[in-house]
Order: sequence, then C-alpha cells, then structure tokens
Amino acid sequence: MEALQAQNVTKRYTNHLALDNVSLSIPQQTIFGLLGPNGAGKTTFIRIINQIINSDSGTISLFGEPLQEKHIGTIGYLPEERGLYKKLKVGEQLVYLAQLKGLSRKAATEKSKAWIKKFEVTDWWNKKVEDLSKGMAQKVQFISTVMHEPRLIILDEPFSGFDPVNAQLITREILELKEKGCTIIFSTHRMETVEDLCDHIALIDRSKKILEGSKKQVKQNYRTNTYWVEHKGKLTLSSPKYELIEQQEVEDTYYRSVVKVLESGYSPNQLIRDLTEITEVHSFIEKIPTMSEIFISLVKGGSNE
Amino acid sequence: MNKILLIIQREFLNRVQKKSFLIATILLPLIFPAIMAVLVYVAIEQKKNATRETIYYIDESGYFSPDTTKFVFKRFEGNLNDAKKVFQESEDYGLLYVPKLELSNPSGIALYTKVNPSPNEIGDIENMLENRIRELKMQKFNIEQKVLDSLKTNISVQNVNLSDGGQEKTSDSKVLFGVGMACGILMYMFIFIYGAQIMQGIIEEKTSKVVEVIVSSVKPFQLMMGKIVGLASVGLLQFLIWILLITTLSSVVLALFGLEMPQQQMMNEMSQQNAAMQSQGSMEFLRIISQIPFGYMIFNFLFYFLGGYLLYGALFAAVGSAVDSPAEAQQFMFPITIPMLIAYFGLFTFILDDPHGPISVWLSIIPFTSPIAMMGRIAFGVPAWQLALSMVLLVGGFMFTTWVAARIYRVGILMHGTKINYKVMAKWFMMKG
Repeated sequence: MEALQAQNVTKRYTNHLALDNVSLSIPQQTIFGLLGPNGAGKTTFIRIINQIINSDSGTISLFGEPLQEKHIGTIGYLPEERGLYKKLKVGEQLVYLAQLKGLSRKAATEKSKAWIKKFEVTDWWNKKVEDLSKGMAQKVQFISTVMHEPRLIILDEPFSGFDPVNAQLITREILELKEKGCTIIFSTHRMETVEDLCDHIALIDRSKKILEGSKKQVKQNYRTNTYWVEHKGKLTLSSPKYELIEQQEVEDTYYRSVVKVLESGYSPNQLIRDLTEITEVHSFIEKIPTMSEIFISLVKGGSNE
Repeated sequence: MNKILLIIQREFLNRVQKKSFLIATILLPLIFPAIMAVLVYVAIEQKKNATRETIYYIDESGYFSPDTTKFVFKRFEGNLNDAKKVFQESEDYGLLYVPKLELSNPSGIALYTKVNPSPNEIGDIENMLENRIRELKMQKFNIEQKVLDSLKTNISVQNVNLSDGGQEKTSDSKVLFGVGMACGILMYMFIFIYGAQIMQGIIEEKTSKVVEVIVSSVKPFQLMMGKIVGLASVGLLQFLIWILLITTLSSVVLALFGLEMPQQQMMNEMSQQNAAMQSQGSMEFLRIISQIPFGYMIFNFLFYFLGGYLLYGALFAAVGSAVDSPAEAQQFMFPITIPMLIAYFGLFTFILDDPHGPISVWLSIIPFTSPIAMMGRIAFGVPAWQLALSMVLLVGGFMFTTWVAARIYRVGILMHGTKINYKVMAKWFMMKG
C-alpha cells in the first residue's frame, strides 16, 4: 500500500493549466522529494493533497483510502510561506493549531509541552510569537506541523530560514520521524538536501510530471557511461570504443581525465584494462550524475523543445 | 462543526482578553456622559459669569426705553456720524441707532458693531425692541395687559396610542425621536466598528501567512464563519455589559439626585398614575421613557445588530480576503459603506421626522439599510407585518452576502500580490472549487 497515490490529477486556473494529468505514487516510510522549478505546479499539488483546493479531475488516495475530510489529521503541512499568529503566545498557539487538527484540548496541551521540552525551549511557552526571532518562530512552526503525529508530513522548503545548527536538528527530527513510520514529502530546490535525504523523487516541470522513481533508479537511468580517470602522463586516445572528453593537469605530470564509453557492452573492467596498457592509472571512478545535474538537464532540455 | 466552535472561541478570547476591550467596554459608557456633563457645566458657568456688554444708543424716535437685563445702555446725544466716531475710539460693544419711526412700520433701526454679533445677541435686541413697540401699540389701542394675558391659551396635545388590546399609551414624539436617533447611531457605529474588525483580522491572517496552515485544517468557510460569529459574540457581550452598566449607573445617579425610590419601583408607580399626571417637567419625561417597551427594543436592537452585522461582516470579510493591506482595502470599503451612509443620513433627514412615510418604510425593509432605518423607527411603533418582512429579508440578505463572500474569500486568502479589482473578484466568485 502506498502512502499516497495520485492518478491523472489535473487542475486548471482561469488562464493557465497548473497540473496536467499528474500521476504519482509515494511509498510508505520514505522521504519523497517533490522537485521542480518555481511555478511548476508543486504548491498546487500540495494544496490539493491538503484539501485546500480541489482538483478538476483525477483521484488521490491516502494509505489506500480516497482522500477525504478525516485525512486532515493524518497530514502535517509546513507551507513555504511560514506564518503564525503574531499576538498569540507560543503555548496557546500550539494547542490551538493541534486542536484544529482534531486533538482534544488535553492531548494538545500534553503534546505541545512535550515537544517544547524536546526542543529545549520551555521558557518560550508564554512568549508571544512576535517577540521570537525568525529561527525560533520556525522551530515553533515545525513543532506545530508534526505534533499531532501525522502519518504524512509535507514540508515545503523546510530548511529555509534555519541556521546550520537548527537545520541539523530538524534533519535529525525528520529522520527520526521516518524511522517511526512517517512518510515525508519534501518540496525543495535544494539539491544537496535531495541528495542527502530523499529516497524517492519526482520532478514536475511546467504542470507535467517528467520524472519519477527511487533516487538510485533515477541515477541509474541517467548514467552516462563516463568515468573519472587519474593518471600519470598526458593521454592521447583514439579508439572507436571510448573517447576522451576532458583532460586537466592536477599537478605536474598528473592528470585527471573524463572518459566516455561509446560502444555498448564495453565494460568498465575492459576500459581499465585498456587504459593500463597506455598509462599509469591512479584512480578510476564512475562519474554518476548529481541530482542537480539531472534536474538542470531535464528542465533545460524541456525548455529547448 | 466542532472546529467552527474552536475558531469562535479563539477569536472571542483573543479580543476579550485584550486590554483595549476592557477599556472600551467599561470606560466608554462613562466617558460620553462625563464629556457631556463637563460641556453643560462649562456652558452654564460661562453664561453666569458673562459681563454685560455696553451699547451706545441714539434715539431719534423718543420711543426707546432701554432694558438693562442683558446689556448696559448709554445714551448718546448728537448725530449718528459723531456717535460713530466716538464709538470707533471706545472699547464698547455696539452702537444702536433708532431713527424717527412710525409704530405701524418701524424700519431703519441699525446696530453697528466691531465684531459680528451672535444670533443670540441680535435676537435679544430685536426682542427688546419688539416688546417696547407692542407695549406702545397696546397703549395706543387702549388694551390692558390683563386682557391680553387672558387671550393667551396654552394647549399641549397629549398623544395617546390606542393599541389593539384597547390599552392606552401616552407618548411624546420628542422623546421617541431621541430614542430613535440614539438607537440608529449606535447601530451604525456597532456595525461599522465590528465589520472593520473582521476585515482587519482577515488581513492580518493573510499577511502573516498563517492562513495557509489554518485552511489545511479547516474549510475556508469554517474559518470565515468562525471569525464572524466569534466577533459577533464579542459585540453582544460588550452590548450587554453596556446595558448593565447604564442601568446601574442611572439608578445610582437617580438615587444621588434625591429620587429615593428605586428606579424600577418608581416607574411602576408612575405608570399606574398615568392618567392623573399632568404633562409637564422631568417626571413626565421619565414617565414616557418608562413606557417605551425596553425588552422589545433590546430584542429588536440585538436582532438588527446581528443581522446587519452578519450582512456587512461578510462583505468586509470578502474585502479583507482580497487585499494585502488595510490601505488597499479603502477603495473597496467605500461602496460597502454607501447603503449604510444612506440609512444614516436618512435617519436625520426623514426617518425620524416622518417615521411612517413611504421612504422611511422602504428603507427599513430593504436589508442593506434596514438595521439602521428600523432602529430609527422602532420606538414610534412599527406595524407587525413590516417588522416581519424586514426581518425575513434581513436574514435572506445576510445568507446571500455570506454566500457571495465565502466564494471570494476561499480564493482571495491564498492570493498574494495580485492586483485586485472588481473584475478579478468576480472571476474568483465564478471559480469552481
């Protein structure tokens, strides 16, 4: 059973198509990166999951059930545009937000006290949000997102506004939540986050989903059969099987080259063997594309159409 | 439903726990009477201490006999031109010139002053001259003052309403006028102040971006209604506190001024003595006040406050959801306030003067103007069918505006930085889920 299954979701605003027939499936207990440039339709998709707006067509199911009102308590949502009631005290705020998610007053109070304690900010309880710094307010907002123990957590650019120390704290919390069984959707532009944390990704560009799968699989698919080779002495290659794309001098007589294999069925082992014939090989690494490279090549490629 | 209650509770507590609420609720009923009392006191003191101004006069007619209660008169011997010169150099107030005149057609009397005299002063002098001339005429026609006095008759018509049950109720249109005016103004202020608060609250939620978190937990409609109803309950609480304060205060004041009977008892007794009482003085005023059915008035006031508030509150909510700042809201508030202003000015120009005229009746039936217009009329007695029609239309009216507002609101709260005009709002209104 998938945590979330979207089928042919389409949403049209008056003068543009925000989502065009998007289908996605998000496995349980994964960190899922929802990627895409600005204005691609990510926020629209997230708002549909949160039942803030309705899709025009298509279906969404959550943990095997069609999306419905009771799922509000199942989801925790941290919007990109953070916001809390400025005049309300931290404690009141957390209890109120949790109550709106369906918790009883008692449970809401207990949970918020526990989280405040966990983040070591007990003395904030009676402070108004307007008296907190931006980073402090972000922490409070993060607590409000997860305190009702949602099974699906949607985080829109979760690290913006956090200093490295707090970003690490939040990362640890996110991983802990995943261990406990939560499914987490990340909507982000930060590819290093994706690289570090995400198990699965989907890329949305101009209202369409253009890529989906596990990070490993995606990288596998975008392998370019290119290798970093460090060697002694300058290389001059001429073979129908591989070509030299780039060569750089690292220090005198030591070079780093990028070699691309042209012939299918020509294995890395064979390449090493052939290279050792003509030079002294010091290192040999497959050049796996980073998420960032895949992202840029796909989005750019799309716009050249 | 449970969530609406939560929002109502939150909104209610947010407002009531503020110091400004406490100040407005407790001090306002004290401040207004205090200001009035101070003004009246100052006015009386000023009159008491005023020194009489000096006026020179030239009397060529020989008729003039100065009455020195209001002014000090100094006779000037000589012609007008000399008098003007002397007057210019003096520090005195005025120069009155009475030429030779015929009693039947006294004309040419003039008052020269350095500053423009007040209407009161002119009036005093005119009265004095008129009295003197009447006196002279009476002598001429051989009429004695006694005869004249006996010709004068003072009649005041007692207005008695004969109700369906055959009960008689005396009323005084002046008192009703005052009650109607007070209710109408109060209604206008209440709707405006609370409506504006809804708008402000929504703009705050929108600009602080908290709204997206909230609407991921509740439906936009629930949030909007929770806010509107929450504020309404604050308004009702405030109103009830005011009534309580005013009744206690007025009892205390009455007691202080030597009316030892508790107000309630006094009113009862007075209504029993109705027929026997003569129409004069402050007792009469109190008696008429006591006859206004306060329960009925308060019920209607609350009904029209709620109805009017819900009707306009929804519109204010729609405006608040569409804009990004209070400044931007101004242009959209103007059209909303027009019907309220019509009712407000109508109150003074014709509703209170002619509460049963056709325009008054229609204004008190049309939902957008009825809360204010009906409050102006209600003390005068409104036929049951008009009241019923007006109430039904008001309920229908606020359901309609709430529906329209909710459709704009659900889109508006998520829109930032859009340039808003009526076309855009219409588009949002038409937009499906």
